[in-house]
Amino acid sequence: MVDETRRKKRLDRSIKVRTEGLYAISSGAEMFYLILPRAALIVGLLALPLFLDMYWQKVLCAAGVYALLSLGFDFLAEYVGLVCLGGAFFIGTGGYISGLLNSYFGWSGLLCIPIATLGGAIFSTLVFIPALRLRGIYFAIISFMFPIFARDIITTLNIFGGTEGISALGTLPNVWTEIYLILLAVIIALFAIRRLVNEDIGLILRGIKDNDQAVKASGISITSYKIKAMFIASLLGSFGGAYLSHKYGWVGISLFAMDFSILPIAASVMGGMGSLAGPVLGAFALTPLSEALRGFGQLRVVIYCFILIGFIVYKPEGLLIYFQRKYHQFELWEKV
Amino acid sequence: MDILIYGTVNSVTFALIALGFTLVYGVSRIPNFAHGSIYVLVGFLTYTFINDLNINYLLAVFISLIISSIIGLIIYRFILIRLRGLAASEIIASFAVGLIILEGLRLQGIGGFKGFIGPFYMLPTFIEGKISILGVFVNYQRLIIIGIGVVTILGMSIFTHYTKLGLSLRAIAQDEHAAMMLGVNSDRTAMISMAIGSALAGLAAVTILPLGNITPEMGYKVLIYALAICIIGGLGSWWGAVFASFLLGFSMKISTALFGAMWESVVLVGGIIFILLVKPSGLLGKQKEFEERV
Amino acid sequence: MKEAPLLKVVNISKAFGGVQAVLNVSLTLEKGDILGIIGPNGSGKTTLANLITGFVRPNRGTVLFKGHNITRTPPHKIANLGLTRTFQVMRPYNSLSAYKNLIVPLKSPRVRQTRGGKLGDTDAVALDILEEIGFERDARVPYKIAGSLPLGYLKRLELGRCFALDPEVIICDEIFSGLSMSEITSMIPLMERLQIEGVTLIMIEHRLRELFRLANRVIVMNFGQKIAEGIAQEVMEDPKVKKAYLGRERS
Repeated sequence: MVDETRRKKRLDRSIKVRTEGLYAISSGAEMFYLILPRAALIVGLLALPLFLDMYWQKVLCAAGVYALLSLGFDFLAEYVGLVCLGGAFFIGTGGYISGLLNSYFGWSGLLCIPIATLGGAIFSTLVFIPALRLRGIYFAIISFMFPIFARDIITTLNIFGGTEGISALGTLPNVWTEIYLILLAVIIALFAIRRLVNEDIGLILRGIKDNDQAVKASGISITSYKIKAMFIASLLGSFGGAYLSHKYGWVGISLFAMDFSILPIAASVMGGMGSLAGPVLGAFALTPLSEALRGFGQLRVVIYCFILIGFIVYKPEGLLIYFQRKYHQFELWEKV
Repeated sequence: MDILIYGTVNSVTFALIALGFTLVYGVSRIPNFAHGSIYVLVGFLTYTFINDLNINYLLAVFISLIISSIIGLIIYRFILIRLRGLAASEIIASFAVGLIILEGLRLQGIGGFKGFIGPFYMLPTFIEGKISILGVFVNYQRLIIIGIGVVTILGMSIFTHYTKLGLSLRAIAQDEHAAMMLGVNSDRTAMISMAIGSALAGLAAVTILPLGNITPEMGYKVLIYALAICIIGGLGSWWGAVFASFLLGFSMKISTALFGAMWESVVLVGGIIFILLVKPSGLLGKQKEFEERV
Repeated sequence: MKEAPLLKVVNISKAFGGVQAVLNVSLTLEKGDILGIIGPNGSGKTTLANLITGFVRPNRGTVLFKGHNITRTPPHKIANLGLTRTFQVMRPYNSLSAYKNLIVPLKSPRVRQTRGGKLGDTDAVALDILEEIGFERDARVPYKIAGSLPLGYLKRLELGRCFALDPEVIICDEIFSGLSMSEITSMIPLMERLQIEGVTLIMIEHRLRELFRLANRVIVMNFGQKIAEGIAQEVMEDPKVKKAYLGRERS
């Protein structure tokens, strides 16, 4: 039982204060302090596969795809104000385009992936354009329906292999390309988007989230910026999809599965919405967890829903913010 | 004639499915993504009561309706109440609850629970048999659906217009702050709306489900239909939802008759995209071209 | 030959459901004017501003700006022509610092070439503008998160957001409301500066005394209709205006 007369007092570490603003590069210690979390993330991710066996390496690849999706979800939700529940749609379009290119033209995976990434992003953006005029709940609902409709249409019209999907696609050259392709993509995407949200276009997008009317009155077309943001997010998802199709050598309607929409959301909530790095970490934590729970069948979904609700209700700030606080601040209880 | 009768049945089915969702959204602005799950849950509860506990059919229906409204209450009281106003979190949390229910129903091997998998679960119809109306054979159950649907629609509109509770629901829906100042408890009303909404989902389940098997996967489908209808009719608009369900019900029936059953979902998508392009707020949705949000 | 007026609104009307918010309002605005729009609450002043700036589509009537018909032009295009507005409800971009709020308008097509700067000196321009509208440069105010600023600064920021667009017309929607007397007194020179710099102003106001110091022409609205127009003092003598606007106070 927490004593009611106490409260937590938080003090910035002096080095945190020293590293703010211009003084950040005045000494080695401060530079180290600033670089440490970033370097730890990069080195950690890149070194991780060396210590894992085959099975967990595969899990790591899947986690990378989820990390990309989470990043896209977080970017759209917290920096543009579009809560997109249809991440699976990006995965699906990317995967199918890559798969089709590979099976009809016989192009190799390394060629198909970039084309499919771009093509998938363009296609998804075009599909989402009618929905972009909406905001809030309307957009969330519509985006939630898109992947389900895509699946229905593919099965209904029996195109692209129907329910069977397309199999025997070319796979990537070897296991290390597989792993490092996705890990590098995650790292590059993470830092690129962190950069982006502080650039001018990012500022405008955040403006749209805070007050879209004022942005309009400032002479900026919000739809065109939303389209750009959508394109960026779907780029990440489509890459993930294209990558998956070549990793498994198979494309099917399960690429539109609910997993791809839900797990990134859970990861974002768990890692800390709006922190960009948080969702990535969340994805790398949740995917292995759900993998470890695979033996329990459906219990897996139930458990991560419980995690999701637990975080969203009781710890809405998420893990990353929590760790950040520990890193930057002393905490002590003081009497009131 | 065939199209007319089955189209009506379809439409009323849709209306029953969507009304609970619309009610909750209209009153409390909460998109209850657990709607489909409650629908399925009530189906299975009723099934269990009848087959495993040998309870009388009507009593079983009654009990499961009460349970469903209690679940609605619980979802609001313990989860959504903490997230009011955060649209994204509300959607995510209610959807997570929905997933827990749906996937929980498929769980196997915990505490001897076998999980509801496969097409073995059916509710009995109220009355067996068919009747021929102008040369078309119709199950009594389908007529009952129409009956219950019409009664529900009318009953709810009487309830919201002539009872004190119903009026307070509408007051909150129109202007939350003004209603609160006049002594309407916003949280309590929202809770009541969740309870009624869930009960409506349950009612839809027990009337519609006797026509087919119950599977957990239906939850997603029901949710999608409810969402589609509300988007087309205008979120939170009661008559919009009724109108949209008739529109969808008939257009789906007609397209099925003309092109085959597979085209249902294509019609659904087409309808939604068309509405989005023409009138994003839905057919009878309130026009909010410009709102200075405070 | 007489030049066409800068802004010309002809018989504009808008109904929301059954409520006639604005009915057959016409007005003209010459360059350099400060036009006041007054009227009781709910008389359609803000709706009129929304209609002119394109946020709400009118049922009938036309809006001409510099000879272009902008009746059905989307708001961002109207803003790019040089007609912008402040909002009654202050909602700055809460997650951005004050000066970054101004980077959004600086990136609009209208000023991207002239003031926006292509080489990343937008920040400096933004800080300059903030200084002009009364943010102390040396203090840390411009670097504070906009959501944490007091109301007086928010109003200035809102004005700065318009000013960054290098506009020809600004419609100020109740820019003085909620401010203290001293804050208003410090705002008035700012408005006069804007006028000198060639910005034409439409001011929707409830603070009549301050408005009359600035405005050279006043329109009075009631129940969505224009009931009087003219020089401030003359207008207030109009019996219709007295009845509609001040009647309750006098009785």
